Amino acid sequence: MSILIDKDTRVLVQGITGREGLFHASKMLDYGSQVVAGVTPGKGGDWVLDGKVPVFDTVERALDATGANCSVLFVPAKFAGDAMLEAGDAGVPLVICITEGVPIQDMMKVRSYLDQEGVRLVGPNCPGLLTPGGSKAGIIPGRIADPGSIGVVSRSGTLTYEVLYALQQHGFGVTTCVGIGGDPINGTRFTDVLQMFEDDHHTEAVVMIGEIGGAEEERAADFISSSMTKPVVGFIAGQSAPPGKRMGHAGAIIEAGSGMAADKIAALQSAGVRVAEHPEAIPELLN
Amino acid sequence: MKLHEYQSKQLFAKHGVPIPRGEVAETPAEARAIAERLGGKVAVKSQVLVGGRGKAGGIRLAKTPEEAEQIAAAIFELEIKGLPVRKILVDEAAQVSSEIYLGVTNDRTEGSPVLIASAEGGVEIEEVARTHPDRIARAWVDPLIGLRDYQARNLAAAMELPRQHWSEFSQMARGLFDTYWNSDATLAEINPLVITKQGQLLALDGKIVIDDNALFRHPELEQLRDLDEEAPSEREARGHGLSYVKLDGNIGCMVNGAGLAMATMDVIMGLGGEPANFLDIGGGADAEKVAAAIQIILADPEVKSMMFNIFGGITRCDEVARGILMALEQVPREVYLVTRLVGTNEELGRQILADARMDTASSLVEAAEMVIEAAKMGVTE
Repeated sequence: MSILIDKDTRVLVQGITGREGLFHASKMLDYGSQVVAGVTPGKGGDWVLDGKVPVFDTVERALDATGANCSVLFVPAKFAGDAMLEAGDAGVPLVICITEGVPIQDMMKVRSYLDQEGVRLVGPNCPGLLTPGGSKAGIIPGRIADPGSIGVVSRSGTLTYEVLYALQQHGFGVTTCVGIGGDPINGTRFTDVLQMFEDDHHTEAVVMIGEIGGAEEERAADFISSSMTKPVVGFIAGQSAPPGKRMGHAGAIIEAGSGMAADKIAALQSAGVRVAEHPEAIPELLN
Repeated sequence: MKLHEYQSKQLFAKHGVPIPRGEVAETPAEARAIAERLGGKVAVKSQVLVGGRGKAGGIRLAKTPEEAEQIAAAIFELEIKGLPVRKILVDEAAQVSSEIYLGVTNDRTEGSPVLIASAEGGVEIEEVARTHPDRIARAWVDPLIGLRDYQARNLAAAMELPRQHWSEFSQMARGLFDTYWNSDATLAEINPLVITKQGQLLALDGKIVIDDNALFRHPELEQLRDLDEEAPSEREARGHGLSYVKLDGNIGCMVNGAGLAMATMDVIMGLGGEPANFLDIGGGADAEKVAAAIQIILADPEVKSMMFNIFGGITRCDEVARGILMALEQVPREVYLVTRLVGTNEELGRQILADARMDTASSLVEAAEMVIEAAKMGVTE
């Protein structure tokens, strides 16, 4: 079992005729995801990926024709805010924005609006979702995770893959892996995903991968100590990062003395989370 | 992207925020001419993109145009936290009665702008937050509605600002918020906002940081960029689509992905090594990007050894290994290099590198130990 997506999820890809969109749509199809539609304004009526996926001009038309219930966005950053709103207004309940570099002001408006409309947004600047053996909605490499009972949630991309792979090497399988993204303002937060894993009967333990910047790990620590019964293993990247410097991700920056790795680690530890010293040490903490 | 004080204040003024009369000088003679035009006492202020200008002697008062010229000459000689002084703002000196802080920034947790005010102006707001958290008032702004008039009044009331200043203060708060919103800023602050002895409110100092991701809709702001803000190596990396931050250590790192790059530095530091940089080459590892990354890392004379840490997911490890070999044909490397390849086809990838007589590792800790040892011993190829 899983959270957010499973084998029945009907995936729509916004920006499907772009290089990234087309490439990853094909990988999702290969994985067994039901990619039922693509949207690129001006390309409606085309078919892509050997005629397997119809392209529509608007999300509304794609939904009418295919009943998609999850949209994955590969739309360029300039247009991504509008594309997220289009998906939400058309009635897509789960919107996953892979795009990096969306302006913060756009994200403040989009998140505020989609929250009011009850639309779940994952990302932006995220690798999306993977339910091993079920479905993939995003760009997480499918072959590095097997089905199992560990829930994974992370702000990162390749660091998440590293952890998934380490889990696989140690014989641990995964219910769902959720990449929530490395931007300062994103849709779904750690606490949202932790709640879902807590409620999911098949998830037995959770791996949470955070990094410097912001206070979401501290909020997660509060949530874990007050509301979680399942064990959580954590890792926080950026202990060696200097203050005031953005470490790749727009959200990974120590500002005005807050957002430091040491504070996040201390908060998680005091909430009973076992925090790994490095990513390879995570599987042994699950034993 | 950070804006200078004079640029910030000019943007404020466009949005109706009152600022002191003043002009920018690039020579001591110009500073003198400006002081003559302004008449009376002036503030001579270095324009560099770091905090602590005052403490470094970069902000001084001058009573006469002659003194302004002398002070400007001295300030142009300064290097403030490693940055040269290329411009000086000469402002009419204000007769200050009291100082306030007023700023607006993004609250990451709330996902909305937050307006922050404090009667403790003139010092860093973080310092006030530590010492007098009760003297800070905040108003969160709904991004779909914008600032409401009563929110500005609430802040004035919370600071116990005398009532005769409320209307002027509200206009300044509105002007500051509009500046922030219309220029896609992540921070806009007036510190200090002063009340003069004549009873006027004035933005004496200002700071704006623009969201780099939104510069595409503000070409006029992009032109204000000060190239001194970034190290030349960081700028060059950005041109190649690489994310690079120079640090003080001697172990060069090249990693795909920002989180993994941080984790790699952490492991090196945890084992007693000192990373020379953060470098994210992004997805995959095509030869061209790897070559550019190696050049940027080796341009740092401190670098004694190098580590590549690449996770092969969508791009398989054997493809990554071939990319690395192609890159190394283009750029010679003078220092020790260990490559850690993990993920799909990792054995094959490591074999390809081993056949080319390169050191490889499968675990992050093992690779870090090898690269630290090499840096200590000064091992060369």
